[in-house]
Amino acid sequence: MKTIYVACGAGFGGDRFDASGPLIDHLADCDGPRFLIFETLAERTLAIAQNQMLRGEGPGYSEYLERYLGPVLKPCQEAGIKIITNLGAANVSGAGSRAQELARELGLNALKIAVVEGDDLLSVTSQDTIASMEPVEGTSIAKPLVGANVYLGARPIAQALDLGADLVLTGRCTDAALTLGPVVHEFDVPHDDLHMLAAGTLAGHLLECGPQVTGAYFADPPYKSVPDLANIGYPVGEIGADGNITITKPSGTGGLVSEATVKEQILYEMHDPANYLTPDVTLDVTHVSVNQEGPDRVRVTGAQGKPPPATLKATISMDAGHLGEAEMSYAGPNARARAELAIDVLRQRFQRLAISCPVRFDILGVMSVFDDDDGTLRAKSEPDPDGDLRVRVAARSDDKQELERIALEVYSLWVTGPAGGAGFRKSLSSKVKTASVLVDRNLPDVTVRLV
Amino acid sequence: MAETPEERPLHVFAHARAGDKGNSVNISVIPYYAGAYDHLLSEVTEDRVRALLSHRSIGKVHRYEVPGLPALNFVIEDALEGGVNLSLGLDGHGKSLSFLVLTLAVRIPLKFAHQAARLQVL
Repeated sequence: MKTIYVACGAGFGGDRFDASGPLIDHLADCDGPRFLIFETLAERTLAIAQNQMLRGEGPGYSEYLERYLGPVLKPCQEAGIKIITNLGAANVSGAGSRAQELARELGLNALKIAVVEGDDLLSVTSQDTIASMEPVEGTSIAKPLVGANVYLGARPIAQALDLGADLVLTGRCTDAALTLGPVVHEFDVPHDDLHMLAAGTLAGHLLECGPQVTGAYFADPPYKSVPDLANIGYPVGEIGADGNITITKPSGTGGLVSEATVKEQILYEMHDPANYLTPDVTLDVTHVSVNQEGPDRVRVTGAQGKPPPATLKATISMDAGHLGEAEMSYAGPNARARAELAIDVLRQRFQRLAISCPVRFDILGVMSVFDDDDGTLRAKSEPDPDGDLRVRVAARSDDKQELERIALEVYSLWVTGPAGGAGFRKSLSSKVKTASVLVDRNLPDVTVRLV
Repeated sequence: MAETPEERPLHVFAHARAGDKGNSVNISVIPYYAGAYDHLLSEVTEDRVRALLSHRSIGKVHRYEVPGLPALNFVIEDALEGGVNLSLGLDGHGKSLSFLVLTLAVRIPLKFAHQAARLQVL
């Protein structure tokens, strides 16, 4: 039975650059069509790339394009492994040109590069039209928009592979499409083969976060122990013509592929497990079963498919000002009282300085992560007087100067605050906000071409 | 008739993973032993999960059943104080909230506890 092999070398935009080596070695020994994918494009990653391009501060495609592709283009070409990635972000055509240069520098003149374009809704409709749409999740929509990108499915990627591409670059597409694309291409899957579309989507969903299916985001020793986590192997999915999936990882790497790691990833970022909506199929995982068929090999069967929704989801991103954070530590005897006093001083000072933006106070080490913006859990928590505590102040504003004033007040606690304040740090970052809308499937003007 | 088991944290019977979508979070709850699934159905309810997050102004809580694995999947709307883009808190993704759910006190027979927890008790 024909089986295809898909390995995932990155599960998010800041993932390791050196994970692909063992995957390429593993794939080189597999008998069948082989693919290496890089998933690097979260909603905010795309919005940030768009923002940087608008401000002339970045190329629009992933700033890490060379870091991911540089080391793999040659070994993949030699081993006959095709690469599929959404590193194109907000500028797929620019990414195609850069990848072309990179290939030439490496002496890979025959490398065929394809780009999938058309996810940018602003190329087919106006800001006004988009601003008038009703969001189905996220914030309300108001101009100016930083970007509006629709989630494309697997078909354009399959088309790029049909053209003979060795490297397929996309912008916004579903993460699962990076895997389903090769499945559709290799098995010539028709639109009504819902079982195979569901299987390819589930395989893609399991692979798209890289090591999250091989023991990362999982370890909780001694309940859930993962061997050699520091050397974790990234995943390989084997997808058969019957739609059965096996998840595994390269030998000699750390991590773990177990029924438990696979179950956690099946439900990761999933809402209704009977209706996981994608442009290609509606996936139902409620009757999926997982079986350990060998060390670090788990078989996944029972994915079911229903027709896809009539609409496509698009992400609209907008500027959301800046987030400012500042921190100061209090340690040793009676640290809690000193940290609380520091917060009290800051509250009074912010009032006097007419700070009007939303501000949150935390004491790290006292219920900070589970808490709400008002510190409800901290107020109810058992007062442990001593500790190694850190006051954190976070504020969001369109006005950088206001955030700077807040940070300076925290800084001045050194001389104006309670005893023993130490370790001041501050940071400022730009923020984007997003909303989702549903658009007609035929609205995007999708093109697939060889560079 | 079997004795009612003592209250213990859900953490000894199940593992969990959280993922975000906008301002909502989903949290899977997966028993270490499939035999505990029926107990999870009665012990880990929408109301009890809602109560764990009652300090935040959350929206609807929905529990989906996934008998094939088996597992439960909770979706908690508006749980993330604005989500990854707008939250002032440290965990805008809600990635840590799986462990908040695992603090839930449940009455499940000890035979379904993770071996490491059984060793501590026995």
